[in-house]
Amino acid sequence: MTAWMPWKIARKELKVIGRKRSIIFYTVGLPLLVAVSFLLVLKGQLANGIPDTISLGAESIIYIFVVLATVLPSTIAAYSIVGEKVEKTLEPLLATPTTDGEILLGKGIAAFIPPVLSAWAGASIFMGLADYLLLNAGLGYYYFPNWNAGVMLLLLAPLAAILSIEVAVIASSRVTDVRGANQIAGLMFIPFVVVFFAGAEGIFAFSIDNLLIFSGVVVIADVILFFLSKATFNREEILTKWK
Amino acid sequence: MIETENLTRKFGDLTAVDNLTLRVDKGQVFGFLGPNGAGKTTTVRMLCCLIGKTSGSAKIGEYEVGNQENALKIRKMIGLVPDNVGLYESLTAFENLDYYGKLYRRTDTQRKESNEYFLKLLGLWEKRDALAGSFSKGMKQKLAIARALVHDPEILFMDEPTANLDPESSKTVREFILELKKQKKTIFLNTHNLDEAQRICDKIGILNTRLMAVGTPEELERSIHGRKTVIQLTQLKDSILDSLKRLQVKNLVSEGNKLTVDVVNPEEENPDMVNAIVAAGGRIETITVTSSSLEDAYLKLVKENAQ
Repeated sequence: MTAWMPWKIARKELKVIGRKRSIIFYTVGLPLLVAVSFLLVLKGQLANGIPDTISLGAESIIYIFVVLATVLPSTIAAYSIVGEKVEKTLEPLLATPTTDGEILLGKGIAAFIPPVLSAWAGASIFMGLADYLLLNAGLGYYYFPNWNAGVMLLLLAPLAAILSIEVAVIASSRVTDVRGANQIAGLMFIPFVVVFFAGAEGIFAFSIDNLLIFSGVVVIADVILFFLSKATFNREEILTKWK
Repeated sequence: MIETENLTRKFGDLTAVDNLTLRVDKGQVFGFLGPNGAGKTTTVRMLCCLIGKTSGSAKIGEYEVGNQENALKIRKMIGLVPDNVGLYESLTAFENLDYYGKLYRRTDTQRKESNEYFLKLLGLWEKRDALAGSFSKGMKQKLAIARALVHDPEILFMDEPTANLDPESSKTVREFILELKKQKKTIFLNTHNLDEAQRICDKIGILNTRLMAVGTPEELERSIHGRKTVIQLTQLKDSILDSLKRLQVKNLVSEGNKLTVDVVNPEEENPDMVNAIVAAGGRIETITVTSSSLEDAYLKLVKENAQ
């Protein structure tokens, strides 16, 4: 495998994705919407002078961006793989002197970068403006920065995104349309949502220790699904067994 | 250039390709004829190292098919035009070619030159910045062929390149294949179109899971029926039939006042038949020699195989 070949593939994928308005709107719009919504909630509560009674804790809000990092990549990954299957572009691609690993990695990079950057951007906007509002209210750096948010965004979100992509690859071999693959891969967000509600209900604390343990579990799942997705994405399987 | 020996591919209990042995020489255009499900696409996929073989062997150039190390080398040597054009419809014609150029590890200069060369050659240069999705079927097919050639492959595999095209587009594609033939490219052409195969191919194989016949179009035509002499008489009499039977002609068939006889060498056999007919009091209106067509050969072989 050459280092630059997956990048060449990823650049093409990003170019194609860049021309799909619905995907861009969804990928960029959703984190932005979450950021703006919670900022409005915070602003409203600051107006009442009770910032600490905001209905969700700061970590829970940042965790929502982790959940988004599991939801957003599956759309791009599903489009990138099932889209090729639907448009019958896989066979000529597979006939080129690229390895299965290079193609898979290229598609993975394209499905990883925009959602993770978008989740980071949404979270950064939220954290920056939340600090601005809280500073203006004389509360100093009340919520951010904090290490928990750092672990969630810099460790857990990318790991969750990888998991989502791997599930999308596996799902892509079993369905014949992008929506189907996206729906199956979207199931990956359920465990993350369960953790969110556990956190909101106080059953799970978003402490650094807990977040690192959770990240470790996700790493193990990532490794297992990496081998499964690699076994799924090979020329023979794609051309003879994929639906 | 392409050699297979007892090449076989099974999918579970189904044998898609059975003991295929053939040879295609460098610069040859090889036509692979066969009905749907005959194993043509499976053969191409095996030769392009896209799927594995169950048994037998195949070589592309000096590389053995089925060896993982050789697969990348073989894919560099070949170009594939699949039965579905498989273009990125949201990329422009130029971007489609450029992407494949990158996948074949061509330099920026090489890509620029080859993209321009093929787009101009196929009359798509003016449309280079148009999205492939906006192209007609014929234009898409031409672009798919250009895509398969961006790395200047030694061998081009084409799977039904004129299927679903209008006559004008088919003609353009055929003419382009003939142009490639002049450039001494080795072409492996899967087709249903017998007329196309006859016009373009140096050698033809007829496949129906097993290879039923292989040879030049002329050899295949002759191997099936040979040639026939058709004699139209003003009136057919029993004495004429008797005299022809005495000449021991082959497969004499009478229909109205028309006689049809199988001949091997009509230049020698026809004068004897004419003399016999005239001697028996017959009057000949016309006499013609017909050859069986490739279509006759194909249909007979496929029918025999089905039985």
